[in-house]
Amino acid sequence: MQLIACPWCGPREEVEFSYGGQAHVPYPDSPAELSDEEWAHYVFFRDNTKGRFAERWNHNAGCRRWFNAIRDTTTYRFESVYRLDDPKPVTP
Amino acid sequence: MSTPFRTPSGGRIDRATTVEFTFEGQTLTGHPGDTLASALLANGRHQVATSIKLGRPRGIAAAWAEDPGGLVQIEEPFPEPMLLASTVELSDGLVAHGLPGQGRLADVPDSARYDAVHHHVDVLVVGAGPAGLAAALTAARAGARVALVDEQSEAGGSLLSGTERLDDAPALQWVAAAVAELAASPEVLHLQRTTAFGSYDDGFVLALERRTDHLGAAAPKHVSRQRVWRIRARAIVVATGAHERPVVFADNDRPGIMLAGAARTFLHRYGVLPGRDAVVFTTNDSAYDAALDLHRAGVQVQAVVDARPEGSPRRREDCELAGIRVLSGAVVTGTQGVERVTHALVAPFADGEVGASTAIGCDLLLVSGGWNPAVHLYSQARGRLRYDDALGAFVPGEDLDGLSVTGSAAGVLDLPGCLADGQRRARAALTALAIPPAGEDRLPAAPEPAVPAAPLVLWRVPDTSGADGSTSFVDLQRDATVADIARAVGAGLRSIEHVKRYTTIGTAHDQGKTSGVLTSGITAELLGIPVQDTGTTTFRPPYTPVAFAALAGRDRGRLFDPERVTALHEWHVAAGAVFEDVGQWKRPRHYPQPGEDMAAAVLRECAAARTGVGILDGSTLGKIDVQGADAAVLLDRLYTNLMSSLKVGSVRYGVMCGVDGMVIDDGTVLRLAEDRFLVLTTTGGAAKVLDWMEEWVQTEWPDLRVHCTSVTEQWVTFPVVGPRSRDVIGAVFPDVDVTNEAFPFMTWRDTTLDGVPVRLARISFSGELAYEVYVNPWYAIAVWQRLLEAGRPYGITPYGTETMHVLRAEKGYPIIGQDTDGTVSPHDLGMAWAVSKKKPDFVGKRSFARVENQNPLRKQLVGLLPVDRETVLPEGSQIVEFLADGQLPPPPVPMLGHVTSSYRSAELARPFALALVRGGRERIGETVHVPLNGTLVPVEVTGSVLVDPEGARRDG
Repeated sequence: MQLIACPWCGPREEVEFSYGGQAHVPYPDSPAELSDEEWAHYVFFRDNTKGRFAERWNHNAGCRRWFNAIRDTTTYRFESVYRLDDPKPVTP
Repeated sequence: MSTPFRTPSGGRIDRATTVEFTFEGQTLTGHPGDTLASALLANGRHQVATSIKLGRPRGIAAAWAEDPGGLVQIEEPFPEPMLLASTVELSDGLVAHGLPGQGRLADVPDSARYDAVHHHVDVLVVGAGPAGLAAALTAARAGARVALVDEQSEAGGSLLSGTERLDDAPALQWVAAAVAELAASPEVLHLQRTTAFGSYDDGFVLALERRTDHLGAAAPKHVSRQRVWRIRARAIVVATGAHERPVVFADNDRPGIMLAGAARTFLHRYGVLPGRDAVVFTTNDSAYDAALDLHRAGVQVQAVVDARPEGSPRRREDCELAGIRVLSGAVVTGTQGVERVTHALVAPFADGEVGASTAIGCDLLLVSGGWNPAVHLYSQARGRLRYDDALGAFVPGEDLDGLSVTGSAAGVLDLPGCLADGQRRARAALTALAIPPAGEDRLPAAPEPAVPAAPLVLWRVPDTSGADGSTSFVDLQRDATVADIARAVGAGLRSIEHVKRYTTIGTAHDQGKTSGVLTSGITAELLGIPVQDTGTTTFRPPYTPVAFAALAGRDRGRLFDPERVTALHEWHVAAGAVFEDVGQWKRPRHYPQPGEDMAAAVLRECAAARTGVGILDGSTLGKIDVQGADAAVLLDRLYTNLMSSLKVGSVRYGVMCGVDGMVIDDGTVLRLAEDRFLVLTTTGGAAKVLDWMEEWVQTEWPDLRVHCTSVTEQWVTFPVVGPRSRDVIGAVFPDVDVTNEAFPFMTWRDTTLDGVPVRLARISFSGELAYEVYVNPWYAIAVWQRLLEAGRPYGITPYGTETMHVLRAEKGYPIIGQDTDGTVSPHDLGMAWAVSKKKPDFVGKRSFARVENQNPLRKQLVGLLPVDRETVLPEGSQIVEFLADGQLPPPPVPMLGHVTSSYRSAELARPFALALVRGGRERIGETVHVPLNGTLVPVEVTGSVLVDPEGARRDG
């Protein structure tokens, strides 16, 4: 069982966390102005990255805070975690 | 009672004590310290069972978990299937019999306890053999927090099976001193009978401790039988030893054929001679120890058959001194015997060619094809294996972060090498953890080992028996042979994973401990490729079988999942309520009176609520306190309707959708203050809605000044429902003006009862005049009793969730998650009125405009009335329609939709249902059909509101 480093609580077992999908997918400013296709991309479409992926996580059995993480989808390794108000880290 | 194969002395058994056990109905004796296998062998019994497919006799072939032969079913002290005689410790009164591959689960509940413990350490050492003990001592001496786990009943590992010496004394004296030193180290946890069965990410290891199994019927009841240790280690040192590997030849499965090292274990550890006349067949030097030790113990060693052309010159000399015949450049090609081996067929062997065979009489045939490091934990941690040509085995091929392998598990096969390697690995682990090593960390002096002659890698002896490999067993538990592998390769399979699945090799109880690498080797030979290209199959936990009871631990029965009960639970029980599970909640479903079934009780409860007064314990309703200057903004964004315009003191029904526009929850909202709302959710949706709010507040709108807090358990809720509810509320709360003018529908009022704050709300989930009473749970029973007392003149009737469902369904109020399934929009529910057209945006709004959501043929919520006025349609029933000519369409018959709720209505005096039907609102008045028990039930499509569609009753 992996340890995930919550930015607020430190390392905790993965069962305390839930996955929230791709990070940095903001709610559109003016949904009404989007075409059906553009809106569908916001609602239904997400990247399916092999390798480093910016994701949302929620420490829902702990502090209940959301945070972002860079995780490698091939090794499951968390490379970094960061708060929602932090910019997305630049990855090589 | 005599045990003819017990040596006169020696071994780790308690000879002063005799225990009785029963095997296959026969009463036998053994000693504490025996395993079932060693006790059977001491009684001269080799055959344990017959094989699963072919029914061939099978016996004890190894001394521990790698044994592919000795499967038993335990009957006493507790029925348990699929154990190995070699790993069952003997206890008085044990009753067992052999198993032909499949066991039988107990038909009585297991009364034993199982539990789990979390443990955190700097260094976890797995295995208490020489390398593991050396590693644990080094780590302990440095002051590190250490756990040492070992699967055997006592520490020592391979030293328990031999005659090695350390510091010029028997090696077990050093083992005892090491154990004592570890016991005196306060930061060390040392567990025997504890198998590390899985290694996972970030230093997480699961280990199973068998705490009382060895005590049999004498096991104390208050001690857990088995315990799962959940160990989180900063560094792991794997010292799990090696498994001896057999060589495959024709008829290699008879009882009496055994791994050479196992015979040494039975002799030295258990004081048992596994036979009288032995033939030893080997490809390496290690089996000579078994031959010489057995010879010294009085066994006639008829021959050592060494497949190497030159054999081992040094060991040959040892054998000649002892008078043992050594046949170099020879192999065992087959065996004879019925229930046990009687002859080994021995033939010259050179350049892969087998000569004519000679039969040598024996009752014991020992085999050694080399040693496979037990790399399971390393492999489970995704360590890559490397094939070592010299060893003829797969060894760890890389250094893992936080996990190292030492001793024979790493391919080090001599005692001083293992000790030094254990110390070296532990020091490296300490260095990585920045723990300075102790100044004094001496290893015991071990005699320098003689350099062994190079082993020969021999997976199988060519089959000259005429059986074409069909009696050359690779996996004895699966009855899988060389012929099966040849068939797999002939069928075009190349991947070892495919060969495994085609032949089932390695899928049995032992998970291929002896057969896995053999299969790789034989497959490689048949394909004509190097064995490193074949590789091994994937090692997965558990290393040895683990009972589900142990994994479940205390999380079973009532402790499996939390049970939530309301403050009135005892009252409900006393009132004879029948409960149903709603999420984790126990809710009264109905309150049957003597002689009533559920249907009768529900009809009575419904009638009371529609004509008099009923009362419900609605405390499980989700309640979220939303506070802050932007509370109204948040609710406006999350609900489809406008909440900011709600006046303080008022209540509004709201619907919540996902971004896809589909309903996820509904409920009412009370505005408590300008900056404070009480949001009521469905019982099942309470946690989800709070999470939903938190997600949006944290991730999208962190600028909103708002806080959301669950207050579900801070308030109990009692809806008092029916035309006489005003009388009851007026009587209990005289300070409140309960008239319709002063306290209208969809408003709330605060009051007190004997100083206790109470909140009343005119909310109705039944269509009747109704008041919901909210109070602190401490006062729940008192307030409930007062309401019952005040309602007695009107026949106040407690009702359960079933009646609640009937009442709401009669009014067409959907239950989210029952009448909806995540593909239903508010419009589909006929709730366009609850969708704001004023608000520029809210979650889900944009999706309503999508083309598909405008489709008039979407499934819509409607009512159904069975025309026969009798049938209660099963929920989930499909709905079909006839063609214009009155015939059913040809199969597959298109489905129009399905029944979502269905009840018998007291008010309508007939059954009714709610259903999602394609283009349903356009079909009102039509007749459609529901297939039921081979007939088609005609049903009339109606609007979803069947009782009081004008809403005349809500004000009483």
